[in-house]
Amino acid sequence: MEPEIRTLVEISDSKAALQSHADIVLERARWASSVFQRFDRAKTMEIADAVARVAHGLAGKYADWAVEETGFGVAAHKKLKNELTSVPIVDYYRDQDFINPVVDEAKKIVRIPRPAGVILALTPSTNPIATVNFKVLLALMTRNAIVLSPHPAARAVCVDAVQALAQAAVDAGAPDGCIQVIENPTIPLIEEFMSSTKTSVVLATGGTAMVRSAYSSSNPAIGVGPGNAPVFVDPSADISAAAKRIVDSKSFDNSILCTNESVLITLPDADKNLQQALKKCGAHICDEAETEKLRRYLFHERGFNVASIGRDATWIAAECGFRVPPKTKILVTPIDQIGVEERLSREKLCPVLAYHVANNLKQALAQARAVLRLSGAGHSAAIHTMNEQVAIDYARSVEAYRVVVNAPCSQGAAGFETHLAPTFTIGTGYFGRSSIGENIGPQHLVHWTQMAYNSDAKETFGNYSQINLGFDGPLPEAPSGGLPHPVHGHSAQAPVRSSSFGSIDQKARDELRQLIAEEIRNALKGSL
Amino acid sequence: MSDEKLDFILRSKEFWNPGKTQDWQDMEVDLVIDRREGYYLFDMDGRRLIDLHLNGGTYNLGHRNPELVEVLKAATARFDMGNHHFPALARTALAEALVKSAPSPKIKYVAYGSGGGEAIDIALKTARHAAQKRKIVSIVKAYHGHTGLAVKTGDERFSKLFLSEDTDGEFVQVPFNDLNAMEDALKKRDVAAVIMETIPATYGFPMPEVGYLPAVKKLCERYDALYIADEVQTGLMRTGELWGCTRYGIEPDIMVTAKGIGGGLYPIGCVLIGEHCAGWLHEDGFGHISTGGGAELGCVVAMKVLEMVQRPQVKATVRTISDFMRAGLEEIMAEYPDFFIGIRQHGLVMGLEFNHEQGAKPVMKHLYRNGVWAIFSTLDPRVLQFKPGLLLSQRDCEEVLRRVEIGIGLARDEVMGSGSRRRTL
Repeated sequence: MEPEIRTLVEISDSKAALQSHADIVLERARWASSVFQRFDRAKTMEIADAVARVAHGLAGKYADWAVEETGFGVAAHKKLKNELTSVPIVDYYRDQDFINPVVDEAKKIVRIPRPAGVILALTPSTNPIATVNFKVLLALMTRNAIVLSPHPAARAVCVDAVQALAQAAVDAGAPDGCIQVIENPTIPLIEEFMSSTKTSVVLATGGTAMVRSAYSSSNPAIGVGPGNAPVFVDPSADISAAAKRIVDSKSFDNSILCTNESVLITLPDADKNLQQALKKCGAHICDEAETEKLRRYLFHERGFNVASIGRDATWIAAECGFRVPPKTKILVTPIDQIGVEERLSREKLCPVLAYHVANNLKQALAQARAVLRLSGAGHSAAIHTMNEQVAIDYARSVEAYRVVVNAPCSQGAAGFETHLAPTFTIGTGYFGRSSIGENIGPQHLVHWTQMAYNSDAKETFGNYSQINLGFDGPLPEAPSGGLPHPVHGHSAQAPVRSSSFGSIDQKARDELRQLIAEEIRNALKGSL
Repeated sequence: MSDEKLDFILRSKEFWNPGKTQDWQDMEVDLVIDRREGYYLFDMDGRRLIDLHLNGGTYNLGHRNPELVEVLKAATARFDMGNHHFPALARTALAEALVKSAPSPKIKYVAYGSGGGEAIDIALKTARHAAQKRKIVSIVKAYHGHTGLAVKTGDERFSKLFLSEDTDGEFVQVPFNDLNAMEDALKKRDVAAVIMETIPATYGFPMPEVGYLPAVKKLCERYDALYIADEVQTGLMRTGELWGCTRYGIEPDIMVTAKGIGGGLYPIGCVLIGEHCAGWLHEDGFGHISTGGGAELGCVVAMKVLEMVQRPQVKATVRTISDFMRAGLEEIMAEYPDFFIGIRQHGLVMGLEFNHEQGAKPVMKHLYRNGVWAIFSTLDPRVLQFKPGLLLSQRDCEEVLRRVEIGIGLARDEVMGSGSRRRTL
């Protein structure tokens, strides 16, 4: 908290004040990033592990808090997402080294990783804590400093979470200020952060306006676009398995992940069976009147009705004035056309799934392309099929950079339930006006200095096996004249305070990891 | 030097201060500061210097800090200096903010001067009124300003010139870090107050020995003297705490802040006064009058300064800068161990010690030629005052160290002779 000083002359909204606020926060981050580059891989991973464990331990608390603050989603699913973005993220990248140089003897090239510096991370209201966890851990694994700007609708929970992670990082020996949060984000303030020369890269997850503004900031940006995933159920698919996956995916956190299926496309041969299978799994197939009610409720003149984001199916039905059985997980709305005139073919961050029967495969592919033309280009698509030719025709056709096959799309495209990189930031690439087309990971926050030797065979390559890499660790604490030294105990010699987790041995740690992995598997299985 | 600058220096000698202008030319520092921004000074010939002088912390937050400029500009839409006779909105608001952030719960009031010297005079007068005694004890080579009373607490260099030195035995000076001398000065119980710079600045920042300042405070309590903390140079987060005395656990009876509190934009001096020594404010509130003291525009700037320096990011950055500078300076010291012999440091209060009685002067000159402005300590020219700003960026700190390494090397060669062997790392 900043000190409360009675101001007679209020300037806090002035450009000068906003810029100065941003500069002071960002310069502290720059300092942290410069100190962080003195850390070796073991220490860096120790910090990332410690923070991941704390994030995992707090997953439930922040899941409840996020649902309460935003009104979006399902607390149990949010807890799971918060867990998935903690320890498993660090484990996933454990074998990748973003810290030591890579020596290529054959090419006579040494590649030295160079962290971006200061990451400005914008987080959405829909997946607030999962995104915070994810981006913080990416930054730590790559020795970057990060400043998080929470979505105003999830401000309090994010501020608290970031502060908890920052404390965990410092407790584990990370440089002061390597994780910070903008406590009172306003649009003009965020614009100052985004355009500051002290920001190295803007990592933007959220609405289109915010992402475009990140790209216009004059700083390098990794922004992601909205989703609107088509899912094609081919008659060759295991229809009941497909139905179950789709219902589970749509009901997972009430479709709040931007990777959720938006429009189901199938063919006449599968239509009847699929509808029955969907019903069996808890889908309610809407009649024409109900579909029209949903169409009017979900879409306003201004766009999608945010009141419905992450709400459950029965709640939405009730809001529209019709009743569905209390166990209904998703609402399925049959539609005849896809495109501007059919609002239900747009992105819906709620458990409502549009359902379209195409006449033939060619038409189905064209319709799937049309879904993504409407919105969600470069994002995600899914297919359920046993036919490789259909699968590849579909994947080559849709303008999406991830096509999930025979898996729930919400989780699958984000790397949970598939072997894609687990992420909470989906690169929408050139199709989606973004700089990166894959799932965002730590590799995107590091560039490499390449030392290239003379290719002439007569010129020998160096021996880099015994090289000092300047990993001197934290700066030693400067003495404070007139006081015993050290004062703060943050000098390199002083033992690093370890969190309660830090003291557990490797075996206990492995067990813990096992436990977490199993928990996640069970939870996901339960939803399959 | 450009013809324009040459001409200007002549005019400066003709109309302003011939002695001072010439002294700088003699020291081969032909600086005429023109534009200034952040921690950069631009000479009138366009050369850039990184400012580590900061005039005793006046420019802690940088030159023309945009947030401070903004608040001053906005303040002119409502305020001017104000009428010192009356209760005044800005003066009271600043007093309230200062009392809330004071280093002692006993502090209850704030009196204002137009600058540090006047504020020190107010502090001494306040102590004399409260104690009903005249004697003031200060430190040999202390520096508290040039006004009537303040000048008598300091080195005679500045008082004798004007026949203004103490002739009545009312101002006693004792050596720094000498508790016996302090006790001897106090034990007759005839001393109104001891005035202490928490770290003596103009003397080159000799550091108090561990336990010295708290022991002085104890002696004051034992012998009925008040403790006045001069926090002009050590306050406002330079040591990593808002007030330097807090670092040593001192709760002063009276405290003075100036220079930095005006943000380098509007001079102001503030005296924070404990209830137990605030008698004159009740007895005769018109006792000290100052038309320019606590000018309301200055108060508005000061409130912003106080808010800014206390931001948690600033406090944290100060610590990182001091650790970083220390590490870099130690490397430079290892390179020139026969010349650069010591670092005095508490946070961003730093003095670099050289192995020559005027050693800081050639260092200053060579730093100047290499784009860094830092000044020698007037009362101990072996020591260079080295005062990085609170918001100095990582890039600029690196620039400073790079230039300082070169400058000290050149100064060393000048002083020790370039033939002598340098240690190579």
